[in-house]
Amino acid sequence: MSFISASEADKNNYDVVVVGSGAAGGQTAYTLTMDGARVLMLEAGRHYDPATETPMMQINADAPLRGSGTPEKPFGFWDATIDGGWQVPGEPYTSASDDPARQFVWWRARMLGGRTNHWGRISLRNGPYDFKPYSRDGLGFDWPMDYEDLAPYYDKVEMLIGVYGSNEGLENTPNSSPGVLLPPPKPRVSDLLIQQRSKKLNIPVIAGHRAVLTQKLDHKRLPKLLHPGNEKAQKILAADMENRAACFFATPCGRGCSIRANYQSTTVHLPPAMETGNLDIVTDAMVRAVTKRADGSAEGVIYIDRKTGAEHRVKARIVVLAASALESVRILLNSGVANGSGKVGKYIMDTVGANFSGQVPLLENMPLHNEDGVDGLHLYTPWWLYKQQLAGKLGFARGYHFEFGGGRGLPSMGTASGLEWLNGGTYGKKFKEDARRYYGSFVGFAGRGEMIPNDDCYAELDPTVKDKFGIPVLRFHWKWSEHELGQAAHMQKTAAEIIDAMGGRYSSKPQSGDKAIKQGGVIIHEVGGAIMGTDPAKSVTNSYGQSWEMKNLFITDGATLCSNADKNPTLTIMALAWRSAEHMLGLMKRKEL
Amino acid sequence: MSLDRRTTLKWMFAAAASVPSLQSIGFAAEPFARDVAAGQAGYGTDPALTKEWKAGGPWPLTLGVAARLTTAALCDLIIPADDVSPSASAVGVVEFIDEWISAPYPQQRADRELILTGLQWIESEAQSRFGKAFAALDQAQKEAIANDICSPAKAAPHFATSAKFFSKFRDLTAGGFYTTPVGMKDIGYTGNTPLAKFDGPPLAALKKAGLA
Repeated sequence: MSFISASEADKNNYDVVVVGSGAAGGQTAYTLTMDGARVLMLEAGRHYDPATETPMMQINADAPLRGSGTPEKPFGFWDATIDGGWQVPGEPYTSASDDPARQFVWWRARMLGGRTNHWGRISLRNGPYDFKPYSRDGLGFDWPMDYEDLAPYYDKVEMLIGVYGSNEGLENTPNSSPGVLLPPPKPRVSDLLIQQRSKKLNIPVIAGHRAVLTQKLDHKRLPKLLHPGNEKAQKILAADMENRAACFFATPCGRGCSIRANYQSTTVHLPPAMETGNLDIVTDAMVRAVTKRADGSAEGVIYIDRKTGAEHRVKARIVVLAASALESVRILLNSGVANGSGKVGKYIMDTVGANFSGQVPLLENMPLHNEDGVDGLHLYTPWWLYKQQLAGKLGFARGYHFEFGGGRGLPSMGTASGLEWLNGGTYGKKFKEDARRYYGSFVGFAGRGEMIPNDDCYAELDPTVKDKFGIPVLRFHWKWSEHELGQAAHMQKTAAEIIDAMGGRYSSKPQSGDKAIKQGGVIIHEVGGAIMGTDPAKSVTNSYGQSWEMKNLFITDGATLCSNADKNPTLTIMALAWRSAEHMLGLMKRKEL
Repeated sequence: MSLDRRTTLKWMFAAAASVPSLQSIGFAAEPFARDVAAGQAGYGTDPALTKEWKAGGPWPLTLGVAARLTTAALCDLIIPADDVSPSASAVGVVEFIDEWISAPYPQQRADRELILTGLQWIESEAQSRFGKAFAALDQAQKEAIANDICSPAKAAPHFATSAKFFSKFRDLTAGGFYTTPVGMKDIGYTGNTPLAKFDGPPLAALKKAGLA
């Protein structure tokens, strides 16, 4: 089994059809196929091969416009996003409001592996509080599970994909089980200075967690832990882990990694799943809708071959939507299924984002040394003000973390630009001296916080607009609450205090929340829209992502998240997908589906 | 450059003295800058990332010979050769700026207006103050013009637009220069090289920041 054409797929019988090939689809297909289920994966974008297509080591002078972002490549020329970004040609979405503050933007990719090819690889676990937010402060929804239910799957995913980090035992910032994490990279000078000065403000700074192999995975130990009693799976995984190289501490992760030293679905989930012989993949397969059997269960899906425009139908015992939260919502709405609660499309969340940066004289003219490291998040600041918040001292609910960076990174168009606020505006030999002096002396803080689900943030089908395939598109409604705005202001204010404590300076002062906050969708952590719960009248799925109404329809992407903790959601999505796929295997083995 | 520099400059003086419009400073047969073609495509949403890309590849360059001379002179005023590295024009920054202002994207189209108008202003200023093309001025003369516009905060109100141009041009020159191997070395970037292990900062760096 392998990459096949749509017409070949039509002839085969599958246990499960999985829509989407990113973090959720990849993990779902991996877990299912390693345990013997026959899976067809449908990917809306083209085939993509990181081994041959990744621009490893190219510098920005090798790219048009020195690699700067354009509407065709919004995160820069080298970014591993194909036919995507804030707009996908021929596949629009709309906004119910003309007010930018009430508009949502949606990043998509049309490629095998989806957005996992370019993501930040930040892999933080939700903590115990994050599963019971309503119980803590009366806002939003509790999850229909506890941290302990998901903890074993966090361990499994971290062992499989390879995550570095440290166990610090901080509040609501869980440890991984012993032997799970890879060692974190050594901190940079700017990291250590931020840590030293944050300490004076009682702000913790600890090792980051990212899906990057700081050393090779232990191919002898891990496969046995991940697939006990399944020798075939162990053998396949051991061989595959051996073929993943450790990071060589150069070239940015957002380009993808041809040596497979970080996680992307195409380099970690799909190769062993293909090796089982149980996975077929059809690319350029744009799913329109879930089809229904006479008994009300899911029959399969209808999809359009992007290359020919022809419509195809596949059937399977189980249908899994893992198309990314909002694409799965769109498929559900266009199918008219699984929505007895009326909650499909509701409670869409992104992450609260606000950035702040400054310049630190202490970091000027550093002795030359290579600071590339693993690219991002050697250290970070987990949320720390739980007690103050519980005592009502902050004026907003829920926390955020800081991702920060500094030092001499790969030069880009931003290097030595906009120095006027520091040097008044120079040219000539003086400018060259200034460029050397200031390069590497900047620090940037990205606050990333929890948004609380609200009634004003939702997606519905646009009544008139269709994409180039004739499929109705999503129309978004959006509105931040005072909690998110308060949080965004707090992020900038706190970052400024840390920069002050470093003896640094900034070109403009911290802003009010409405100005500081990034537009909805910009952080690309959109989740919700088909939330899980315990009550079929108030939620779309149970804790396994299983539809209340169609027992053989599962959603394994971020759509089921009923809260969006400040922890970047991808690791949680993968842990949920693993748990969900195990549940499917059990149901199939017991012939319940 | 294939054209004889002195001939080029002589022609420029004559042209610039008459009508200093965007199209006029250059050769009769060649405008100051050719238009970006209507409907000019970009590199698309799926460019091949592992092939070799060169300025002029994804879309045609548009600066005329005279405009390139002004661009080179101004680039090199901002980033001249020094003991550490060569000048901006010596490492392809003129071609880069031409690529930038010739690109079909909204940001670059907006920058194109600012840059072409600014280059034209530089030329007319050189003519009116010194009776020569900017590229033909001596260092002190070039600095006399640059000093009026190099600082957005200090520029006189009637130079505000030209100061905005200078800031943008300086950013493009710096970005173009410091992304090249020569520029990266100059500025102190020592990465982008595979390592067996990452050692973190040396003791000297920690000491400098008061961390050891």
